[in-house]
Amino acid sequence: MQKNRNEAKAMNKKQKKMLYRILLAAVCMIALHFLSPALNPVWNGNLKFLLYLIPYLTVGYDILIKAWKGICNRQPFDENFLMAVASIGAIILGRVRTGDYAEGAAVMLFYQIGELFQSVAVGKSRRNISSLMDIRPDYANLEKEDMTVERVDPDEVEIGSVIVVSAGEKIPIDGVVLTGFSTLDTAALTGESVPRTVREGEDVISGCINQSGTLRIRTTKEFGESTASRILDMVENASSRKSRQEAFITRFARIYTPAVCYAALALAFLPPLVRILSGSPAQWGDWIMRALTFLVISCPCALVISIPLTFFAGIGGASRAGVLVKGSNYFEELARADTVVMDKTGTMTKGVFEVAGIHHASMPEDMLLEYAALAEAHSTHPIALSLRRAYGKDPDLSRVRDVEEISGHGIRAVVDGHTVICGNERMMQHMGIEPQPCSSVGTLVHLAIDGAYCGHILIADQIKPTAAEAIADLKRLGIRKTVMLTGDRKQTAETVARQIGADQVCAELLPDGKVQKVEELLSHVPKGKSLAFIGDGINDAPVLSRADVGIAMGALGSDAAIEAADIVLMDDDPLKVPKAVRIARKCLRIAYENIVFAISVKFICLILGALGLASMWLAIFADVGVMVLAVLNAIRALSVRHM
Amino acid sequence: MKKTYKIDVDCANCAAKMEDATKKTPGVADCTVNFMTLKMIVTFDEGSDPKAIMTDVLKNCKKVEDDCEIFF
Repeated sequence: MQKNRNEAKAMNKKQKKMLYRILLAAVCMIALHFLSPALNPVWNGNLKFLLYLIPYLTVGYDILIKAWKGICNRQPFDENFLMAVASIGAIILGRVRTGDYAEGAAVMLFYQIGELFQSVAVGKSRRNISSLMDIRPDYANLEKEDMTVERVDPDEVEIGSVIVVSAGEKIPIDGVVLTGFSTLDTAALTGESVPRTVREGEDVISGCINQSGTLRIRTTKEFGESTASRILDMVENASSRKSRQEAFITRFARIYTPAVCYAALALAFLPPLVRILSGSPAQWGDWIMRALTFLVISCPCALVISIPLTFFAGIGGASRAGVLVKGSNYFEELARADTVVMDKTGTMTKGVFEVAGIHHASMPEDMLLEYAALAEAHSTHPIALSLRRAYGKDPDLSRVRDVEEISGHGIRAVVDGHTVICGNERMMQHMGIEPQPCSSVGTLVHLAIDGAYCGHILIADQIKPTAAEAIADLKRLGIRKTVMLTGDRKQTAETVARQIGADQVCAELLPDGKVQKVEELLSHVPKGKSLAFIGDGINDAPVLSRADVGIAMGALGSDAAIEAADIVLMDDDPLKVPKAVRIARKCLRIAYENIVFAISVKFICLILGALGLASMWLAIFADVGVMVLAVLNAIRALSVRHM
Repeated sequence: MKKTYKIDVDCANCAAKMEDATKKTPGVADCTVNFMTLKMIVTFDEGSDPKAIMTDVLKNCKKVEDDCEIFF
């Protein structure tokens, strides 16, 4: 906290210098305000003029120089020019008419205060966001051949080196744990506050903080290719892809500034000319004053600064919640999503096959499982893996012999002297054994021991516990249609779809069938709405890029997904999808608020100024005040905690 | 060829102007200026010398916004 406060206070050299100039000018102005009535009225005109030039030039000399350079470079229409013309105009008017120079100097003073505030606010949010994303490790502890440990630049660590990460340190490079047991804080990467435990042989990703024990890690990637580096790159480059609102503001500013300059010019000269022609007194001074007020109000900085700041803060906030957005344009797409298409395996389901039941067993269930696990002890098939996982112990290989794998069917092996046949329906029929059918959804492993049928083990992919809630949440957010695509069997797909509450399901699709299906769905999306696809990044990269916005989940460590997707969810919780939609909508709402608020206040003040109802003081407050409010509103996008 | 440079500039509007000026510089195929991260990503035409082009880019940027800096 203390550190944060120091950082927030810290201004850079330029800003400090500006602050001193502002303070100095302000003191001067106040002193002059009290001094001026005391001045000798005979020669006070000149003296007062010269005295007021002191604060004016102190605070505004750089603006004048910049405006002059702009004119020399034929780029005259910018804020500096507006301010220079307005303030010089006000001073000249003061010289020839009122004898009051305070307005001209004050315009400059308040403009600079506004600029300083803006610069500090932007700098602060820039630092805030970067420190949130501060997952870049500064060093790696490299273990050398003689077992000594040296602190090196992580860039210098080669693949296959051994690094040591003590408690409290960040893991610098992706790798595999060689020795050690610890808990990892992955909050910076996933937004998940529950620490993850790791032990020997497990993969770890860079950017996590090691909380307890010391880990020795063999690196599997270079630093530049490691998760932390890639994520940082992505977030930093994110605001380079501009949203339509940002592009609109840039275009707007380009047309707006010259337009108001000409309007001001017209305001200064046309009405007096008309008055002369119609025979009334011209009132030059009055109209020029109005034109200058008009110029001060017109300054577009509130808009130009707050919109990119909003998106930057939104992207920063989202990444804190474990949602990486590759560009503010994707926020836009996500916010107006109308159809959400999702993949089944690995997205709505865990993608890990687990034993879901043991049926019709003619012996104790765990014994049946033990036989199955032993028979499959040598296999690397996903089903064999899930059987062994369910068994929970390391199979005693000495009990197994004569293993014969019949591809596409199953396994025959001798376990403890009994012949165990373990496989699908075809395997059983092949062996002349009648298998019991099953009404549940999933893959069946039938077992026969010594020629007698002993039951079957049901292996099913499990639906993620939050999948149904996520879809209900999306519905609440006004998503019209949810569609589940899968390559799986129709019966399984329909059951899963019913359980999670998806509106439509398309089963038995091949990867290119998924693309076709998405294209078909895209043609039904109403204009101005979009289609989002959620996948796990494994063999659905073409679909991810075909959808208006592709969301990859559980992307930690999966390069293909980070590459193909527009939005990356750091963990595999489907609830992050509605959360991402909410963040996107909030960010867009703020950007929209800022545009409407700033433009409408500006236009009202412009009209008041043109009618002569707004003074120069109101003009300054309209300009600086709108900017301050817009910047504060923009920073709101950073907070995504309770969404 | 794509390169990223650190820049220093004070306002978002100026950053947009720098982006424009850079895009118009011969030898530059595309450019994105990111005001929030103060970074400039320049895509150069094939076979060009980034160092020489960046000197021109800086000169052009100085023309539109005097108070800017590109570190290359």
